[in-house]
Amino acid sequence: MNFSLRAITSFLLCIGVAGAASAADIKLGLAAAMSGSAAQYGESIKNGFTLAAEQINAKGGINGNKIVLIVEDEQGKKEEAINVFKKLIFQDKVLMLFGPTLSNSAFAADPIAVQAKTVVFATSNTAIGITDMGTYVFRNSVMELDVLPHTVRAAVKRFGIKKVAVIYGNDDAFTKSGYDVFKQVLADQKIPVLTTEAYARGDIDFKAQLTKIKATNPDAVVCSCLAEEAANIMIQSRGLGLRVPFIGGNGFNSPKLFEISKQAANDTIMGSPWSSADKSPANVAFMAAYEKKYKKSANQFAAQGYDALYTVAEALKKLKLTGNIETDRQALQTELPKVQLTGATGKFKFRRAAPKAGKQGGYDADQAAVVNIAQGGKFVVLK
Amino acid sequence: MFEQQLLNALSLGSVYALFALGFTLIFGVLGVINLSHGAVFMLGSYIALTLVTRFELSLGVATVLAMAGAGLAGLLIDFLVLRPLRARNAPHLMPMIATIGITIILTNVVQGISGAEILRFPQGIVPEESFDFSLPWQGADSEPLHVTALQLLIVLISFALMGLLLATMRRTQLGRALRAIAESPKAAYLLGINVEGLFLLTSFVAAALGGVAGVLIGLSFNAITPFMGQSVLHKGIAVIILGGMGDIRGAMIGGLFLGLAEVMSVAYLSSDFRDAVSFGLLFLILLIRPAGLFGSVLERKA
Repeated sequence: MNFSLRAITSFLLCIGVAGAASAADIKLGLAAAMSGSAAQYGESIKNGFTLAAEQINAKGGINGNKIVLIVEDEQGKKEEAINVFKKLIFQDKVLMLFGPTLSNSAFAADPIAVQAKTVVFATSNTAIGITDMGTYVFRNSVMELDVLPHTVRAAVKRFGIKKVAVIYGNDDAFTKSGYDVFKQVLADQKIPVLTTEAYARGDIDFKAQLTKIKATNPDAVVCSCLAEEAANIMIQSRGLGLRVPFIGGNGFNSPKLFEISKQAANDTIMGSPWSSADKSPANVAFMAAYEKKYKKSANQFAAQGYDALYTVAEALKKLKLTGNIETDRQALQTELPKVQLTGATGKFKFRRAAPKAGKQGGYDADQAAVVNIAQGGKFVVLK
Repeated sequence: MFEQQLLNALSLGSVYALFALGFTLIFGVLGVINLSHGAVFMLGSYIALTLVTRFELSLGVATVLAMAGAGLAGLLIDFLVLRPLRARNAPHLMPMIATIGITIILTNVVQGISGAEILRFPQGIVPEESFDFSLPWQGADSEPLHVTALQLLIVLISFALMGLLLATMRRTQLGRALRAIAESPKAAYLLGINVEGLFLLTSFVAAALGGVAGVLIGLSFNAITPFMGQSVLHKGIAVIILGGMGDIRGAMIGGLFLGLAEVMSVAYLSSDFRDAVSFGLLFLILLIRPAGLFGSVLERKA
């Protein structure tokens, strides 16, 4: 027993030594949900990052140095995100880290990075207040607050909408925060809300809420939901004879919406920073490379991960790394806000978050949104 | 709107009942709260999906094979995990904890193979007919009721399965043996009943029921994920506690009651308080009848 334990320990040590990065490697951490119910996003995010890292390294890396991506599974849970952040920052000594997948986890784990003066760069946290946590917090995920006013205005113009009903998931930080923004936007644009219905994560039957919505006779249904839930909501609406258009946010931006709902999603209006219908060269190249490598179509989470690594690579090119991790982390924090690039999600730059209560904030995305409409089983840009 | 909501409640309640039937059967006979029932339910869905998409089998054949596959999984769970625990006279909570472990393993294996994405059965193989009809007392101008063929199918199948299970339990030699085991495995053994064999059979049947529930719910709600068992498991536990642990009629009535409570709290109160209202009601009922609607667990112990 004793012997075998020792054998295992020395074996593990060997792996550890063999896996250690050489001097010329730049270690970047990625905390993503690879298991648990948020894994569907975590997988796409990891794929986007891996693709970008391979491309950058294949072209000779950054000033000759290779990027080494250390991916850790934070399971979409706050506690795990904290553990993973600690491991990446203090044990693996990464230069900076990406993630976590959910806004919920970010509120728990980001303070650790801020305290350790390490850049944390989110690609999928859209909740309000993420970047208020400190100057080391960055994100390229666009806040719903910046996107939804355009979306609602475009939908009203297209369908002549006068009154709406709302449905949202009330126990999820993402859909709840999306709902809060929708509520504000609808009030700002003076569109009456006939009824507001909620559902809980894991629900599969929405007919009770939809029957109630149908009875109020709305012109459209505003839906702050994830794509898979939204798809089922649409199918069940059509089944109940509710045939009005749906309006949604970032959560709708997934091929899953159509894989599940098929034609039921037609006429859905969705605003998002990335669109598969965007034919810019950078996006076309990204989508083709992604499909070739993973045999499935890219989504917004992959695109934002992909762009995030290119954004950091851009900053790293201008840095002279000293090998002293604290100095280098500080230097990256100074350089990163200056980056501007045109990636898969279009023109991108950072915008300083407004200071809150005298405390300096981090950096949000400054990016235009695309409003799309679903036609014939896919999103096309709404003109 | 009321009639439509009643219909919604019936169909949602049948979903809960369908899941709870196998769940309550295991508890009734084996005396184990088998928390891996949710994972077996999920497995049934994935087996049918794989057979339909990869091997292009017809839905009927795939469903039968999914039942068999899920049943086999239940058999193995009993043989490999629950039986050794029984043989060692493990305290009551042990098998329950062990089945949590099985759930984690099965969920992760399926996620490893199929990914975490939500999948659905391909369109075209699912019966997509829906019916609109008006009730005689409704005015001509009122909205007709909508019901899909699948909804009807789920309602019918769950009632049919309940009837079949009840008849087996009440009227056959097998049912008599099972009831004897439920009363006291030791006494049943002394009477010459093959207790271990019937435990295996029960595990198989219960898991097969879970499997077919997985297929039907996967078909009608287009939400097949490795985690689909979890939320339905929570509801399932509530249903069998409400109905009376181990009681087949109780699982049915409990399922319908929970469906009704959820739908009506959405319809006439607020969807924000749906779970608070339905679980609050459940709590009230348990205050009045601690053993559940049909429960006899406490009396038997006394």
